[in-house]
Amino acid sequence: MSNEHSSTDLTVSGAGTSPATFQDPGMPPHQERMADKDPAAAKRAERQVVVLFAVSVLGTVGMLLAYFLVPSGDTVESMRTSNLLLGLGLFLSMFGIGAAAVHWAKTLMSDHEQAEARHPQKSDPETRAAALAALEAGAQDSGIGRRGLLKGAVVSAVALAPLTFAVPLVGQVGGDWDVSKFRHTLWERGRRLVRDPSGDPIRAADVTIGSAYHVIPDGLREGEHATHWIEEKAKAVVLMVRMDPRDLTEAEDRRDWSYEGIVAYSKICTHVGCPVALYERQTHHLLCPCHQSTFDMADGAKVVFGPAKRPLPQLPITVDDEGYLVAQSDFTEPIGPSYWERLK
Amino acid sequence: MSTRATTGQRAAAGTADYLDQRTGVGTAVKGFARKIFPDHWSFLLGEIALYSFVILILSGFFLTMFFVPSMTLIVYEGPLAAMNGVEMSEAFASTLDLSFEVTGGLLMRQIHHWAALLFMAAIVTHMMRVFFTGAFRKPREINWVVGFVLMILGLAAGFTGYSLPDDVLSGNGLRITDGVVKSIPVVGSYMSYFIFGGEFPGEHIIPRLFTLHILLIPGLILALIGLHLFLVVLHKHTHFPGPGRTQRNVVGFPLFPVYVAKAGGFFFIVFGVLALMAGTMTINPVWNYGPYDPSPVAAGAQPDWYMLFLEGGLRLMPGATEFVIAGYTLSLNVLIPAVVIPGLLFTALAAYPFIEAFATGDKREHHLLDRPRNAPVRTGIGVAILTAFFILLLAGANDLIATHFAMSLNDITYIFRVLFFVAPVVAFWATKRLCLGLQRKDRELVLHGHETGRIVRFADGEYIEVHKPLDEYERWIRVQHEPRRPLEILPEHDERGVRRKGYHRDALRARVSRFFYEDRIEPVTPAELAAAHSHGEHDALEGRPSSDGVPAEIASGPSVDARDR
Amino acid sequence: MKAIAARRHHRLAPVALLLLALLVTGGLYAALAPSAASASAPSEDDIAAGRALFQANCATCHGPSAEGREGAPSLIGVGAAAVDFQVSTGRMPMQMDGAQAMAKPPQFNAEETSQLAAYVASLGAGPAIPSAEQVDPSLGDAANGGALFRTNCAMCHGAIGKGGALSEGKYAPNLGPSTPTQIYEAMQTGPQSMPVFNDANLTPEEKRDIIAFLGEQDAGSPGGTDLGAIGPVGEGIWVWVVGMGLLIACAVWIGAKSS
Repeated sequence: MSNEHSSTDLTVSGAGTSPATFQDPGMPPHQERMADKDPAAAKRAERQVVVLFAVSVLGTVGMLLAYFLVPSGDTVESMRTSNLLLGLGLFLSMFGIGAAAVHWAKTLMSDHEQAEARHPQKSDPETRAAALAALEAGAQDSGIGRRGLLKGAVVSAVALAPLTFAVPLVGQVGGDWDVSKFRHTLWERGRRLVRDPSGDPIRAADVTIGSAYHVIPDGLREGEHATHWIEEKAKAVVLMVRMDPRDLTEAEDRRDWSYEGIVAYSKICTHVGCPVALYERQTHHLLCPCHQSTFDMADGAKVVFGPAKRPLPQLPITVDDEGYLVAQSDFTEPIGPSYWERLK
Repeated sequence: MSTRATTGQRAAAGTADYLDQRTGVGTAVKGFARKIFPDHWSFLLGEIALYSFVILILSGFFLTMFFVPSMTLIVYEGPLAAMNGVEMSEAFASTLDLSFEVTGGLLMRQIHHWAALLFMAAIVTHMMRVFFTGAFRKPREINWVVGFVLMILGLAAGFTGYSLPDDVLSGNGLRITDGVVKSIPVVGSYMSYFIFGGEFPGEHIIPRLFTLHILLIPGLILALIGLHLFLVVLHKHTHFPGPGRTQRNVVGFPLFPVYVAKAGGFFFIVFGVLALMAGTMTINPVWNYGPYDPSPVAAGAQPDWYMLFLEGGLRLMPGATEFVIAGYTLSLNVLIPAVVIPGLLFTALAAYPFIEAFATGDKREHHLLDRPRNAPVRTGIGVAILTAFFILLLAGANDLIATHFAMSLNDITYIFRVLFFVAPVVAFWATKRLCLGLQRKDRELVLHGHETGRIVRFADGEYIEVHKPLDEYERWIRVQHEPRRPLEILPEHDERGVRRKGYHRDALRARVSRFFYEDRIEPVTPAELAAAHSHGEHDALEGRPSSDGVPAEIASGPSVDARDR
Repeated sequence: MKAIAARRHHRLAPVALLLLALLVTGGLYAALAPSAASASAPSEDDIAAGRALFQANCATCHGPSAEGREGAPSLIGVGAAAVDFQVSTGRMPMQMDGAQAMAKPPQFNAEETSQLAAYVASLGAGPAIPSAEQVDPSLGDAANGGALFRTNCAMCHGAIGKGGALSEGKYAPNLGPSTPTQIYEAMQTGPQSMPVFNDANLTPEEKRDIIAFLGEQDAGSPGGTDLGAIGPVGEGIWVWVVGMGLLIACAVWIGAKSS
């Protein structure tokens, strides 16, 4: 509203008589504090500062006492008490100093605002000219402009020298650089499915409808894998569930990959690789807790929601002579998140 | 007493003389001791970040005395029943040891982690202050970029430290990192090997992160903090507009003693608050999450707050955007939220001072800050970026929103997918309108003064409320800014009909400039004020000619006051 | 053996011994004591009373002979454990249709609940209510329970059982308020979205270990208040509210003029 008003005002009055802009009135008059006017107030402020420093000393003493007298002990309660007392002591010790210093500055040190002049950042023309001249003289002196071969030699030598550092580093920092390992897991024909982490084999008959088993390959920590089982486990973990076979929708070429309603899928998300493990028994949906991709375990682990694109890879399973669940083969595709040459 | 003081003084003088003869320190002391710093609470936000960093180094030193950065598996024995006898890496075991068996270790660990969260929170708040007040303008663009790099380094420091205890939560964070890295076209697999020294998780990642976390990143941060502060001293601090504060001076209090006490004291306050938090509030209880193993994961799998926006982006992105082109997989469903969006966001942030300088064509130095309302488009852009960031944060916590507000996870995700695009636009528009409204309010105040609640009646029966004019100091804050107008450019063709060189660049600049300054409220001029006074029936009655009739004051009773309000 | 000998003077040795002794007594007791189910077989009267309660309160949805209807499962063969869990947590009778049945104050007292359970158990064999010692946390191994919890439970219920979100408005509840018996029954029967963990998947001892692990959480956190144990998001909120809040308040104090 004022805007329209003012524009009409502007036409009414003769604008020419006033300056175009307001003038800075300068610093407002200084207002005295209580402590400036009243010596009693100053004395009081000083006492307050002293008390705050004393609080800090008490805090330090308290923290040291807590350190020596209240051990953190073996129970959760005693650890909590120790942590609390040490924390409070440190708090008082530090906060006391801080509050005292600030209170001192605010009440007793001068509160007259002062002005300091600024100067433009750029150097004055003479300095610039002198700097330029110095550089030119130096360049002239070295003859870098005239001696072309020398320039080339300097550039080549300096550019190549870092290779002495970079090549050995890059050569080894990635281990053996054999990225084809992504394609294979420990699963192979006849390898038993065992419970994670106990390693007990699983009888198909024990997997009742509605069950969810977290599964690793048998012999994960034995033999040649003993030293790098954790990488193998990171690729081989499987979630196995059993549902009513009538609920199961199976692709033609995967009909024999399940066993009487028992299906096993890689637990590593095809999005960015979190373990997908929230199995909802009634809907047969499997939800990833990291980014909420949802897979339908009853329908080839297809994505029904969220940021993943591809279904989870299925592990073909069957039972051995003793009735234990075994793999028919490795996964038929690389497990886990997508990468550039995944399908190559 | 007096003799002792003299002894002390003599000793001090002796030391000063010794140092000055060898270093010429006198010149530095003369320059620095009475250096002026302006006083405003928002100028202390950067100090919170600085002090958090100092505390991070102190507490971090304590932790390195006990932490073992090794992924070798051992069987842990310790007081906590839920962890006793569990197989875990030495990194995890030493984290438990330093928490439970080193008295004060838990406090230091919690101080360290709270300080890390506070460090990032303070950096972001400090950047907001600098952005909204226009403190990044010439000559401080370089320092804005230095600060921006410090923020990125802060993220890196937080991320590398977060993963060190080798627990399930941070391990899954590394696994997500691995997935994101693998999605990078062409080199993704090799970059994953580069980071982990082979396949995920390997046995190198914790020692590598440790070296980055305690040596490389803090070293870089320290160096850049030095540069950042050097530039602050070189440029002298900006100050808010006010009477007596100009582009050519800096008004405030001297470094010694006022700022030594205030800023030095603030360090101890920050330390105290962090100690209080660490003593009373659990942070990152890794013993709950358990040692890393590739199989488990826990609900509520989230990174620390400063990385949460990446998590939110990953959660929001629909999966349909992964493509296979000529047999090669392009995972845009990962690349867009994890690489492209943060890339754009950060580039825009880093480049903003240069974008605005391009729009204004302003080459002058600026040492007086803008009040955010006086730069409506800049303020709007800042709020829009923050809104987008905040939506991503919320999306990163969508499972917690679902459980705490009894909503469907899926519905929340759909809503946020829309809001990510809509909310920043709405926020920009609303903020810009709000700023323009506040500027109008300023004009209103300057022209017509404060409402006093005093109602008077004139002889002709007219009622008015008396307004009290602003004093010149109050008024100056509201009229001191210079009006900014869109750039005018020369026509496309010169008088001879020849197309002018550089016209397209100018036209772009004019478009950007129009976007910034087309809608504007200009500050009141003295002429406007004079006009308002001369004809304003709302103004001070003292100035009113008595021929209008003597005003009869009737409004001293409370009933009128109440009605007026 | 050498390792044991070396650690004999460890300060935790008495604790370990005590635990061992407890385990042995517990094991002996478990082996020798009559099982709870056979000790207190439900009487005909209980079953009749349970049938009456069932007809009055449950038959509308589950059918007059518990055969199930559209939207309400058959209860034949679900066993006493399922009934005890659903009724004692107040999930059944269900108040209204929703994403899932919510826990609420139970509608029946302990006696009525056991009568209902007896009736449903009489319709077909199913998991029985666990005995007191099967769910006694002091007999379990919390460390093993923790490992099992992380693998089988934490993805839904959170790292220490504080709950978490599932899809479409469903959720895994906070286990804090649940009794050991209810936790055991839930694993055994797999209520609603939860998968079943039968005795082959998690043996009764392993179930008790999990109960022991959850029991350990009652002591709270060694680091102070646990902030709801919801992870880094909660910590992020608190660093802004408490940390930045207090420090900005202090900054305003420092920047303000003294009176």
